[in-house]
Amino acid sequence: MINGMIVDKSYQAVTGRKAQIIDKAMGVDYSKYERDGVAFDYEALMNGTGYTLEDHIRIQRQFNVGNTPIFELHNLTALARKYAAPGKGARIFVKDEASNPAGSFKERRAAASVYHAKKMGYKGVIAATSGNYGAAVASQAAMQGLKCIIVQECYDSKASGQPEIIEKARKCEALGAEVLQLTVGPELFYEVLVMLEETGYFNASLYSAFGVGGVETLGWELGHQFLERYGKHPDVVVCANAGGGNLTGTARGLIKAGCPAQVVAASVDLKGLSMASDKQFNRKSFTTAHTGFGVPYATDPDHSDVPRSAARPLRYMDRYVTVKQGEVFYITEALATLEGMEKGPAGNTSLAAAFSLAQEMDQDQIIVAQETEYTGAGKHIQPQLAFARKNGIELLFGDPADEIPGTNIVFPADPGLLKARDADLDHMRASLIKRQVRNATGPLTDDDIAYLAQETKSDEAFVKKVLAAL
Amino acid sequence: MAKKNDWVRIHRNVLEPQERTGKLPEDTKQVPLEMWVKGRLQNETAEIGDEVTIVTSVGRAEHGTLIEVNPCYELNYGAFVPEILEMEDRLRSALFGGDQA
Repeated sequence: MINGMIVDKSYQAVTGRKAQIIDKAMGVDYSKYERDGVAFDYEALMNGTGYTLEDHIRIQRQFNVGNTPIFELHNLTALARKYAAPGKGARIFVKDEASNPAGSFKERRAAASVYHAKKMGYKGVIAATSGNYGAAVASQAAMQGLKCIIVQECYDSKASGQPEIIEKARKCEALGAEVLQLTVGPELFYEVLVMLEETGYFNASLYSAFGVGGVETLGWELGHQFLERYGKHPDVVVCANAGGGNLTGTARGLIKAGCPAQVVAASVDLKGLSMASDKQFNRKSFTTAHTGFGVPYATDPDHSDVPRSAARPLRYMDRYVTVKQGEVFYITEALATLEGMEKGPAGNTSLAAAFSLAQEMDQDQIIVAQETEYTGAGKHIQPQLAFARKNGIELLFGDPADEIPGTNIVFPADPGLLKARDADLDHMRASLIKRQVRNATGPLTDDDIAYLAQETKSDEAFVKKVLAAL
Repeated sequence: MAKKNDWVRIHRNVLEPQERTGKLPEDTKQVPLEMWVKGRLQNETAEIGDEVTIVTSVGRAEHGTLIEVNPCYELNYGAFVPEILEMEDRLRSALFGGDQA
């Protein structure tokens, strides 16, 4: 009931009210960023929050987020050099984002959303997430004194849940949040709309400019930390890529810090598995940072829970590589056994890629995996591999190139077999362009072409070539 | 038997198969969208399997089938996975050499 009226909660009715529900739950008028044609004003969206980078830094300091250390991984660097050509093997670093209060970089994404929600008078916040973002929002809500609901996709139809997601539910509840756990399906976003409408809480969307703007502090810190400690910028920064906000925010922060590092996206290769399939849900061992999110969100950023996503990774990506599940588990074990750091597997996606990419680079160069995440019961290499085996996944040593998602997990028989594989970035760029022009109501203008070039970090010639082939 | 204000877990189907979005894989289309949530029981008493009302930790009313009283977390570090030890051995030997591993 809203204002005494009976509300139709059917899927069609609720999704039909999406625009007004989101408008009320965020107080952001997305229509003002739209331009004629396919373009919209992305920078105006990012600047329209009223929070500058300095504001994000101030809010994050106030609520104990960020300023995380960078660690040089001497033993992993030495190991990589054993498999690299003479003179090759960049110094490998990691930014220990697990040291944020709720254990991941996602708290940077949550802080300003919760801060803004409170400032605007909302009584609580809601987020749709099965990942670390839930714990981050719950932690910030606890700190800043708001209520919190986290909506998770957690179980298959046999009520069997991914151990990693169940741990996240536990953590959110420990931090005072209500956790709604759902079975597999994109109607997660429908349930969020129902909750937003019922409670009048703020939509702490992963894809808002509050969230993505908050990640800029990570890139900004990286730019400054290396200059202060080593007198130079890192050469390559590797970002795990799922919804795209991590890479987008980090890259924007690097630019604002004047850091010219190449920005590489890394996702776990889950090719062939459907993310909305009930039967395949528990046949994967990674619930985020994988290609099942990474590719569709990069090529179609606007299919999230906001009209225009602030996470637009193709604007900033210099390269996109994939790594196999077996390779990420392997580097997680390497980090524990060779570096004395036990961290969650999904957070090591970028490290797995960095270990391989370092071998292409000179020894005096620096490559950074820009995150780690916390680990614990359920969210750890052992329960996740035990769960995989229980679900019929074969675990073996060999060449990870032979790994088939949903069938097996192949650990590198030796470290030299761990390889970051290039994804076809131009194909993704073309796919984004095709998708966006599908909505065009008239002929494309010069403004549209320039916009599409920015959207894909390409140039007008590339956009025109793609359009000509349509 | 559960009493009023006990901490419980309930379950209900949010969308039946025919109410779900059309854009689903075949296997997911066949099953409902189910939901689990915890809160304090509002009924005076209830048995497992009863339809009940709860108030969640944010103060929201929810309804569904009572499935657990004093729900606990059963997650752990899982069954032993010998391949993890094997990875450790191989990594140490790759970096430091077999004898020093």
